[in-house]
Amino acid sequence: MEKQTKLTRRSFIALSVLGAGGMCLLSRCTNPPLSPWRFITVQESNLLDALVEQIIPTDEWLGGRDAGVTNFIDMQLTGPYTRYQETYRKGLMAIQETCKTKFQKRFEELPFEKQTQFLEAMEAGKMEGKLWEKGLDRQFFRLIRDHSLQGFYGSPRHGGNKNNVSYKMMRLDYPVIIGQNRYNN
Amino acid sequence: MGNKHVNAIVVGAGAGGGIVAKELSVAGLSVVLFERGGWATYDDTDTDELKSQRTTPLGNAYGPDDSRYKRVIANADGSTYTVLPSEGGYNNNAACVGSGTVSYGAMAWRFMQEDFKLKTTYGAIEGSTLADWPFTYEDLEPCYEKAEWEIGVSGDATQNPFGAPRNKPYPMPPFSHNKEAQLLYDAAKRLGYHPFPIPMLRNSIPYGGRPACIRMRTCCGYACPVNAKCGTQNTVIPIAIATGNCELRINSVVSEILVNEQGKITGVTYFDEKNRKQTQTADLVVVSCSATETARLLLNSKSKFFPNGIGNENDWVGRNLQGHAYTGAYGIFEDEVYDDLGPGASVAISDFNHHNPGIMGGGVLCNEFIRMPYSFTGIRPPGSASWGKEHKAFQRLNFKRVAQAVGPYQEIPNFEARVEVDPVVKDFWGIPVVRLSGSRHEKDVEGCRLMSEKAELWLKEAGAIHTWQSLGGGKGISGGQHQAGTCRMGNDPKTSVTDKFGRIHAVPNLFVADGSLNVNNGGFNPALTIMALGFRVGGYIASEWSKGNRFK
Ligand SMILES: Cc1cc2nc3c(=O)[nH]c(=O)nc-3n(C[C@H](O)[C@H](O)[C@H](O)COP(=O)(O)OP(=O)(O)OC[C@H]3O[C@@H](n4cnc5c(N)ncnc54)[C@H](O)[C@@H]3O)c2cc1C
Ligand code: SF4
Repeated sequence: MEKQTKLTRRSFIALSVLGAGGMCLLSRCTNPPLSPWRFITVQESNLLDALVEQIIPTDEWLGGRDAGVTNFIDMQLTGPYTRYQETYRKGLMAIQETCKTKFQKRFEELPFEKQTQFLEAMEAGKMEGKLWEKGLDRQFFRLIRDHSLQGFYGSPRHGGNKNNVSYKMMRLDYPVIIGQNRYNN
Repeated sequence: MGNKHVNAIVVGAGAGGGIVAKELSVAGLSVVLFERGGWATYDDTDTDELKSQRTTPLGNAYGPDDSRYKRVIANADGSTYTVLPSEGGYNNNAACVGSGTVSYGAMAWRFMQEDFKLKTTYGAIEGSTLADWPFTYEDLEPCYEKAEWEIGVSGDATQNPFGAPRNKPYPMPPFSHNKEAQLLYDAAKRLGYHPFPIPMLRNSIPYGGRPACIRMRTCCGYACPVNAKCGTQNTVIPIAIATGNCELRINSVVSEILVNEQGKITGVTYFDEKNRKQTQTADLVVVSCSATETARLLLNSKSKFFPNGIGNENDWVGRNLQGHAYTGAYGIFEDEVYDDLGPGASVAISDFNHHNPGIMGGGVLCNEFIRMPYSFTGIRPPGSASWGKEHKAFQRLNFKRVAQAVGPYQEIPNFEARVEVDPVVKDFWGIPVVRLSGSRHEKDVEGCRLMSEKAELWLKEAGAIHTWQSLGGGKGISGGQHQAGTCRMGNDPKTSVTDKFGRIHAVPNLFVADGSLNVNNGGFNPALTIMALGFRVGGYIASEWSKGNRFK
């Protein structure tokens, strides 16, 4: 990342305290890049963007990616969902490895419909091979689905549902101002 | 520095415990009321759907927390796994001053006369510990009245012909129906049912020095921002404290009940807010920790005198764990039924609580509290997409078009559905945790099926163009927010844990006052009954005390 070369030593240390996946302490080292995320790496974030966009696709309203769902997931993975860190790391890796073997592409490079089919196979528990052992396909799919829906439809305070997009889409007035935009009838 | 000896310790500042503390301190007893949680405030989590007391993916807004608490679930095959409070399997209620009464939906039901004599009404049921209560509805009626007037209930009992007889009306008028409830009300009338407004522990008019409800869309699962919801935290507990006789000791986790050489209770040990182990002595102890945690505390209190835990000579502590099998149906309407007038649930029918051919009991059916956007993501006709474009479109198109009619089927008591303490797993303080095992009675599903069919019919009559059932009662552990039954009352010490005043049979100065006492759990949410039992147990202790009885 460009930003990294411009960092002063002090701000570099400050950033490293925030804790980034794939940190690299030698200043000459550029790969993997310093992640702006809390837990996920930049590469993982690209994949997650594609996944959350599958769960809540863009239509006339913002989809999961632009509503900040990836940010929601990253935030929870260093909070209440710390316990899922390992599953995410393994699951995201399994998706990319499978795509590499099968399609010679990264998941996010596949056409939208292909991505959908991939997730449908995960949902149905049809992934094969050592990477997906012990039902990781179903289990990880369920996490991605539930966490995406939480990020899109839950309170924006947790990093998703940017500008109350889902509430607007469902025509619920938000934020609620107690005693003001309430019911006068 | 040691703690000063008091007359009474009450463990747990929830529905039952808050009331007992008030009854005793008003009668002049010195009381320490222990609560493992703290004071809950609306501002911490306000209307956050992901951290409420109803939908809890990011934690319970009103406790307990994931970092210090856990439980063990035992499968039928004997294998076990650990669950956190934010996970459904934990079967949580709450942990704060007021407990569930801070964030409940506040439905305020009296059980019916039949509910106190299920065995007489339905006869023995194979595989069930069905029994009559050691007293009748009439015996508890004055305590129901106290609960309604001292905590505060809005309603109109004259509209429910199936309601048990009462001496006094509710202290506040009922809430009006919103659009959805009105549709269902009219439909029920057309079907010949008897719809009526759900009695609510919420202020429909200013009451008890607190304002009227402003009818938000979040209520069930959330604290009240204007203090119009009536719980023990804003009624009896402040009164208890104001007497000067009651000290509320928050963030204090009671770990064991202490027994002396004569088999008498001398007090409790607890971990204070700095996690230091302390002792508090008292003349008597009342345990009101909720059905799962009360059983845990009794079972964890092992001594020479009570090697299997207090009150557990006959292996009845923790047995008969019940909750409710929630069952009903959904309907999609052509026109929007949502008008944003919260909190939603307001119309009920009690036509199917009892005397359904071939079925034990039944339950009340109600319209449901407003579902917030995330909860709605799981509400779909069978076979619908659970993600993707179609799922998103359904959210948008149908959020304001779906209504639900649902109710708590009265579960058939099952001896094998139980709370134990886990031999290995301990909580943050090193106290053995609850282990849940067993399952609902296999016949529950029959009652559920009947209620779901009626609910679906009701929705159709109201104009739903597409309906589907959500059937409760499957195998699996019960308990949850309506947990009850684990220290049942009875006259025979061989088949019950306490006597008819909540006193542990073999111990003169140890009482239980919470949902654990319920012999069965009614076809209704249980809080008002638990409150009435709080008045019964507290009132009994206070009146005996005034006569000079020191429970020695
Ligand atoms: C979201 C929600 C909605 C609900 N809606 C309704 C409704 O509409 N109508 C209805 O009737 N009921 C409803 N309930 C259920 C109702 O709140 C419970 O039935 C009731 O609170 C149970 O009363 P209890 O006295 O048995 O236990 P609780 O009220 O749970 O009280 C137990 C207290 O003991 C404390 N405690 C436990 N162990 C210890 C320990 N070792 N040391 C110190 N303190 C301890 C707990 O923290 C808790 O505060 C709802 C509950 C929830 C969570
Ligand atoms: S709906 Fe009424 S009682 Fe419920 S939280 Fe809002 S103001 Fe309080």
